[in-house]
Amino acid sequence: MLDILRFTPAELAILGLSLKVALFCVALILVPAIMVAWVLARKSFFGKTLLDSLVHLPLVLPPVVPGFLLLLLLGNQGLIGKYLHNIFGISLAFTWMGAVVASAVMAFPLMVRSARLAISQVDRGLEIAAQSLGANPIKVFFTITLPLAMPGIITGLILAFSRSLGEFGATITFVGNIENETRTLPLAIYSYTQIPDGDLPALRLVILSMALALGALMISDKLERKANQKIGRDHV
Amino acid sequence: MIEIKVRLKRKHFELDASLQLTQRVSAIYGPSGSGKSTLLSIIAGITRPDSGRIVIDDECLFDHEQRINKPIHQRRIGLVFQDGRLFPHLTVEHNLCYALHFTPVQKQQFKLEQIVKLLEIGLLLKQRPHQLSGGEKQRVALGRALLSSPRLLMLDEPLASLDDRLKSQILPFLKLVADEIKIPMIYISHSKQEIMQITDNLIDIRFGKVSA
Repeated sequence: MLDILRFTPAELAILGLSLKVALFCVALILVPAIMVAWVLARKSFFGKTLLDSLVHLPLVLPPVVPGFLLLLLLGNQGLIGKYLHNIFGISLAFTWMGAVVASAVMAFPLMVRSARLAISQVDRGLEIAAQSLGANPIKVFFTITLPLAMPGIITGLILAFSRSLGEFGATITFVGNIENETRTLPLAIYSYTQIPDGDLPALRLVILSMALALGALMISDKLERKANQKIGRDHV
Repeated sequence: MIEIKVRLKRKHFELDASLQLTQRVSAIYGPSGSGKSTLLSIIAGITRPDSGRIVIDDECLFDHEQRINKPIHQRRIGLVFQDGRLFPHLTVEHNLCYALHFTPVQKQQFKLEQIVKLLEIGLLLKQRPHQLSGGEKQRVALGRALLSSPRLLMLDEPLASLDDRLKSQILPFLKLVADEIKIPMIYISHSKQEIMQITDNLIDIRFGKVSA
C-alpha cells in the first residue's frame, strides 16, 4: 500500500525542478515586490492607479496571455530577448530560467498585495516617532516598517511560492513542456493525463503536489506566528 | 531661543502663530481643536506650513521664502506623544537606545544608565511595550526622547490617556525633567492644572491664533 509513496528518481527530478523554479522565482521578486508594495502603500503620485493595475494584470488575465507576451518580448527573436541572446548569450525561452521568469510574473501581484497590505497597516505614527529620533527614511524602513510588516511579507512569500509551484499556462506558453528543463509538477501531471495508462503516474504526482502544498501552508503558519511574536503581537 | 512665525490654511481651519519663546520651559494651552497639535507638528517638521519661518537657537529649520525645510530626522526635536508610540517589536532597552544609533557619541548628552535611574525604569528594560502599564510607557517614551539628545523637547498631551492616579505618578517625573535637565521644553496640554505643576510660563492658543 505504501509503495505508492516510494518515488522514482524521475519523479523526484520533477519535484526538484519545481522547487528550484519556485525558489528562484521567490528570490527574484522579493525585493522588487516589497519596493512596489511600499510605493503603493505610502506614496501618492500621478499614475499610481496605472501602476497598481499593471501589477495586478497577471491576476486577471488568462495565464496564456502573459506567457505569450513574454514569448514576444523575451523569446530568442523577441524585442528584448534577441539582445539578451545575441549579446549576453542568455536564452530564456524554453529553459528553466524562462520558467522562473514566467512564474515570477504570475506570482508578483500576490507578493505585492500581501506586502502592501502589511505595510499600510504599520502605524505611521511609529515611523514619525522613529524619524524624530534621528532615523532617516531608509533607516526607518529597515528598522520599523519592514520588521512590523514581516508577517504579511511572509504570507506573500508563501503565496508567491505556491503560485509558482502551480504555474501552468504562462509557463507552457513561454518555455514549453521539456523534460528535465521546464516540465514542472503541473506540466508533468498534464503530460501524463494525455497518454494511455498515465492515470497512476499522474496520481502519484498529484499526491506529491498536495504534500508540498500542505507543507508550504504549515510552514507559513509557523513562520507567521513566529513573526507575530517578534513584533509583540503574541498577546493578541 | 525659539522663534516661530507660521501660517497654515486648511479647509475648516486656519493657524496663525507668532511666538518668541525665551524661557527654557513653556506650555501651550488651549481647548481641543484649537490647533495645539498642529503647531507642534509644524515645529517638528511633520506638517509643512504654507508660509513663515522657524528658527531655534539661530538655526533655521523652516523658511518659506528661502525654501528651507529641514526633514524631521535632521531637526533634533524630541517628541513625546499622547499614545507613547513605543516600537512594539523592540524591548524597552532597545526602544530607549534607538536614537543612539543616529547620534554621534560626542553629541550624546545622556547615558542610558543616567536616564534609567532618573525615570526609575531599570526593572522594565527587558520587557516589551505591550507588557507595560500606561504610565510606564510614557516614562519610557520620555526617556527615549531624551536619549536622542534633542535641542528641544516637545510633549503633546503626554498625560491625556492616563487616569488621575497614573497622572499623579508621572507628573513628578515630568517636573524632574523640566527642572533638572537643561533642555528647552514645550509642553502642550488642554489642562491648566496639569501645566501649572510644570511651569507658569503659559501661552494660550485659541481658534488657531497664538502669539507671545
